[in-house]
Amino acid sequence: MMKRKASLALSAALLFGLAACHKKAAPPPPPPPPAPAPPVAAKPVINYFTAEPTVVTAGQPSSLRWSVSDSTSVQIDNQIGQVSPDGRRGVYPTATTTYHLTATGAGGTSEGDATVTVSTPPPPQPVQTASTESVQQILARQVQDIHFEYDKSDIRASDQSVLQGDASALKTIFQMDANFIVTIEGHCDERGSAEYNLALGDRRAAATKDALIALGVPGEKLKTVSFGKERPICTDASEDCYARNRRAHFAATQ
Amino acid sequence: MRILTASLLLLAGALCLPARQQVVGTIDKNPGKPLVAVPDFRASGAAAPVIATFNRTVTSDLENSPLINFIAKTRYPLQIPQQPSDLVAGVAPPSARAVDPQGNRLSDWGLPPISSNYLGIGYGAEQTNLLVVSAWFYTTAANMPSLQQAQIFGKRYTASLDESGAIDAGHRYAADILAQFGGKSLVGTHIVFVSDRSGSKEIWVMNWDGTDQRQLTKYGSISTFPSASPDGRLVAFTTYAGGYPAIQMFSLATGRKLPFYNQRASMNAFVTFTPDSKQIIFSSTAGGGAAQLHMANVDGSGLRPLTHSGAIEVEAKINPKTGTDLVDVSGRSGFPQIYRMNIEGADVQRLSAGTGEATNPSWSPDGAHIAFAWTKGFEPGNYNIFVMDVVSQQTVQLTTNEGRNENPTWAPDGSQIVYASKRGRQSQVWVMNADGTGKHALTQNGNNEKPFWVNAEK
Repeated sequence: MMKRKASLALSAALLFGLAACHKKAAPPPPPPPPAPAPPVAAKPVINYFTAEPTVVTAGQPSSLRWSVSDSTSVQIDNQIGQVSPDGRRGVYPTATTTYHLTATGAGGTSEGDATVTVSTPPPPQPVQTASTESVQQILARQVQDIHFEYDKSDIRASDQSVLQGDASALKTIFQMDANFIVTIEGHCDERGSAEYNLALGDRRAAATKDALIALGVPGEKLKTVSFGKERPICTDASEDCYARNRRAHFAATQ
Repeated sequence: MRILTASLLLLAGALCLPARQQVVGTIDKNPGKPLVAVPDFRASGAAAPVIATFNRTVTSDLENSPLINFIAKTRYPLQIPQQPSDLVAGVAPPSARAVDPQGNRLSDWGLPPISSNYLGIGYGAEQTNLLVVSAWFYTTAANMPSLQQAQIFGKRYTASLDESGAIDAGHRYAADILAQFGGKSLVGTHIVFVSDRSGSKEIWVMNWDGTDQRQLTKYGSISTFPSASPDGRLVAFTTYAGGYPAIQMFSLATGRKLPFYNQRASMNAFVTFTPDSKQIIFSSTAGGGAAQLHMANVDGSGLRPLTHSGAIEVEAKINPKTGTDLVDVSGRSGFPQIYRMNIEGADVQRLSAGTGEATNPSWSPDGAHIAFAWTKGFEPGNYNIFVMDVVSQQTVQLTTNEGRNENPTWAPDGSQIVYASKRGRQSQVWVMNADGTGKHALTQNGNNEKPFWVNAEK
């Protein structure tokens, strides 16, 4: 029982991972090395300012990265504010957003933009077309992970559209197969203790279940389990990876 | 520092200062503690190949002990006594004393340049296919009129004639020496831990010194968070073998599963035992909402909730000295912190400073201190081991810049702390003295984590 579920979760993780890898296939070109500083004050040089991935669905994370030379102050708009000259920041735009970086130095001001395009999540599949897809396929393709802030288990406003898509897809699934049961898995990033994270993942799965019930999904069809930080979908020490691991994931119950 | 001290001692010796009392404490690893010399034992015949392992074990145990100062073997005389008949009591007449002492008088070891307070000697032999080590321990105090009165103990240690037998005999001799200075023997204690070396997280057990590592569970699932009853009989852990995190109870002696009733809940985990080993406290979502502390019998019956904080309550640890209070990790003030409360869940008091994340509390056997993992001043996830005096709440940091360090638990005698250290991508079980010295790894294969020191079975 565990093994089948684990392999499903693994497949989902692989799909997710492959998709992420695909997007990462075209990294920004390496910046040219900054020119040697002239004796007089130089204008700040924006070595790079990128978003990765550049296309996300609403509420999903994208990572802004930047490197600026010869600046005294670096600002990014959209409520990010003052930042260090080299850095990165995870963002969760709900609509297509252009982030504007302003670097100020002794020699003047330089500016740059990075845009995160928010693609519209696929509309919930109407019941009549569902016959072409199995409940398993609908679960894998249309019921998306819900993501959480660090040490939090409440569902973010930015994830409401994802949650609504999940609710209608789940309703479709349960109409198609009255015996189908879905397990909501709560997961955490690797930073907290394994012990605390087990209880935190339990809260995330429970909060997701409660929110889906509030949207009309039958609660008796939803089970919850916490995996804490025992089943990460990525293991690199980056905010991108942490954000992807802080999730409620949906799996078929066998 | 050592060389300087040694030179000073040699100088003192050359000047013939009768100054042993002044010399004590100049080898200052453990200031004020007695100085002990134990030269390498020799062995003949079939015992010869394993005696080096015996010597290495004795030396390591004595060097790592906070109770004594072990004098480096490089300072010993060339003539090493092997048995009492090699030894002469009393102080050699000045005319007989060479610059390099001969070693066959207790005074050769007690006076400068060695200036040891105690001397251990002995030898190994094979008897009926067993290793038999004959060992003695003497005080070098100058006022002992005879060898018999200077002898503190003389014993024979019988063990299997192989490496593990030599390790066992070495630990027993070292433990008998340390027992003279207040040490409780760790021989017979075990460490349970989690290892993924078989391909999935399973519960493993090893001797306290890292030898004889063996697999306790074979679920092919996730089995983790082991703990043990104070009487050394029961090991409790959390396993996903049934699909959900649930508690299982094992007999350590038989390696068999014992009956345990899990509450209907999305999780039951993190068991701590009362000092009489008859009841447990664990975290359960049986009441709905965030996991809360619950008390039950060791078979899971008689459940009653202890906390109602509405926040996450995990990792309860009952004070082993009093049995009437506990610490746990709670999210009631935001990021996880360590709280103390009475056994009914009342009189709640925060112990950790409130900054960063403080987790993995573990009581010292005397109930005076807790060891814990804290991200003090660091990024989330960057844990180090600290020890706190629970009355003054003063903390001492035991690990720094040595990777991510978690899950400390104390040796039954309070002299050492076992913990998990993740350096690079792999986690291993490490042990150190309770003052942070003498760190060394006990595991090498796969990822090894969540160690828990188990008392010898009572």
